[in-house]
Amino acid sequence: MRGVNAALGAAGLAGFLALGEAVPRLGLVEEDYFPPTSRIADALGTEITDPAFWTALGDTLTGWALGLAIAVGAGIVIGVVLSVVPYLREATASTIEFLRPIPSVALIPLAVLLYGTELRSVLLLVVYASFWQVLIQVLYGVRDVDPVAEETARSYGLGTWARIRHVLWPTALPYVMTGVRLAAAVALILAITAELVIGAPGLGARIAVAQTSQAVPEMYALIVVAGLLGLLINVGARSVERRALAWHQSVRGEVTV
Amino acid sequence: MLDVRGLKKVYEGSGRRIEAVRDLTFTVGAGELVCLVGPSGCGKTTLLKCVGGLLAPTAGEVSLSGRKVDGPPPGMAFVFQEYGRSLFPWMRVGDNVELPLRQKDLSRARRRELVGDALASVGLADAAGAYPWQLSGGMQQRVAIARALAYEPEVLLMDEPFAAVDAQTRADLEDLVRRLWRERGITILFVTHDIDEAVYLGERVIVLSASPTVVREQLRVDLPAERDQVHTRVAPRFAELRTRVYEQIQAAKRGAATPAKADMPPSG
Repeated sequence: MRGVNAALGAAGLAGFLALGEAVPRLGLVEEDYFPPTSRIADALGTEITDPAFWTALGDTLTGWALGLAIAVGAGIVIGVVLSVVPYLREATASTIEFLRPIPSVALIPLAVLLYGTELRSVLLLVVYASFWQVLIQVLYGVRDVDPVAEETARSYGLGTWARIRHVLWPTALPYVMTGVRLAAAVALILAITAELVIGAPGLGARIAVAQTSQAVPEMYALIVVAGLLGLLINVGARSVERRALAWHQSVRGEVTV
Repeated sequence: MLDVRGLKKVYEGSGRRIEAVRDLTFTVGAGELVCLVGPSGCGKTTLLKCVGGLLAPTAGEVSLSGRKVDGPPPGMAFVFQEYGRSLFPWMRVGDNVELPLRQKDLSRARRRELVGDALASVGLADAAGAYPWQLSGGMQQRVAIARALAYEPEVLLMDEPFAAVDAQTRADLEDLVRRLWRERGITILFVTHDIDEAVYLGERVIVLSASPTVVREQLRVDLPAERDQVHTRVAPRFAELRTRVYEQIQAAKRGAATPAKADMPPSG
């Protein structure tokens, strides 16, 4: 079954690539703006031999990873503190609901004013966008603690810290993992957006340069790279999730005794 | 050993006032196995949580070896009815049993020894590496019992621990509790709604009234210490005791229907 699915997936992808080759060649679209697959592949081949491409990729990944790490760390710590300290959750709920829907890209002018085209500009946008993803999941996850598990921990004399570590954290972990996965995807989007719009060094800036210099196949090649990056990040996040949650019913499957 | 005096618990919230436990006084001697039995909904769980320091009583007090209970005391272990939720699915069986011990000041070797010994006593010596959800319900409750044993409590509180397992497993677990009690000399307070179980297990049975709860009767179970499922349950004395408890419970239910109405708490 799995082999069949993989084969179908490969066939679908091959079909899509063939379509991308055929449509411009048949003149159905302007070849200058939609180059055929083979020309994009060519450009990609040239790109990966260029050291400047790797520098740009490194810059993007740096902004992504640093921003994500800050957002995840802050989201977890603040989420747990908000839930554990009495009344804090209620006191902050409306503020969170107000701040959360602000689109991160609306902060681009602010980022430019504050940090220009530095890495910090990218970080500001990435952290703002991905922080909420993690925070909201942590808040939900913490609320999911089973009262029986909590009472068990209390009856055996586990203190506040031990209960956070052994009961609250494992309960929230599946939610946290979902939050991190969503945040990882959002962080990549924002990193590339920031580079594209602000001109901070990275893949996004390179795409903008390719576009303004009419290097259309190169532009597409870079877009493909950005897509592959997103794919890798998602696959990576899912495998981390499976490993960390081997005990969880969503991963372990049905067990027969 | 365990003293409960004038215990009262009233839940208040959103304009409603529910008197779950009215006035309970009883003692459990050191090394005794006492069963609390009462009609369903009579506040047995509330009572046990007050005794275990998980709930603060509205009035009255609980003391363990002369010390007032105002939080879960270190010498007490709790076995819950919902074993599946009480064991942590993210920890292996061995770690589940060991976790409470990590709060005590014990060496690693001593903890290992206690865990191994406790699991061996419940017949699960080779299950330490499994996850709780890989075990059957009866085995999971054994793990919960092993966790309580490893904690080396003076008093073991059991809240309808076998209500969710099948009849055969239940009989095995009852014998297990009897055996552990005799081997280890722990004091056990066992809450159940099952009359047969109360008489079969206990050295003494405390019959509770319907809610708001008071002690209705205390009964000494003068069956031999050596009990088994086949012979004890058909012994004439067992039948007498069982009938006695049954009548008391029935009377408690009827009693709740009429006079309790007169002294219902004022609403609002």
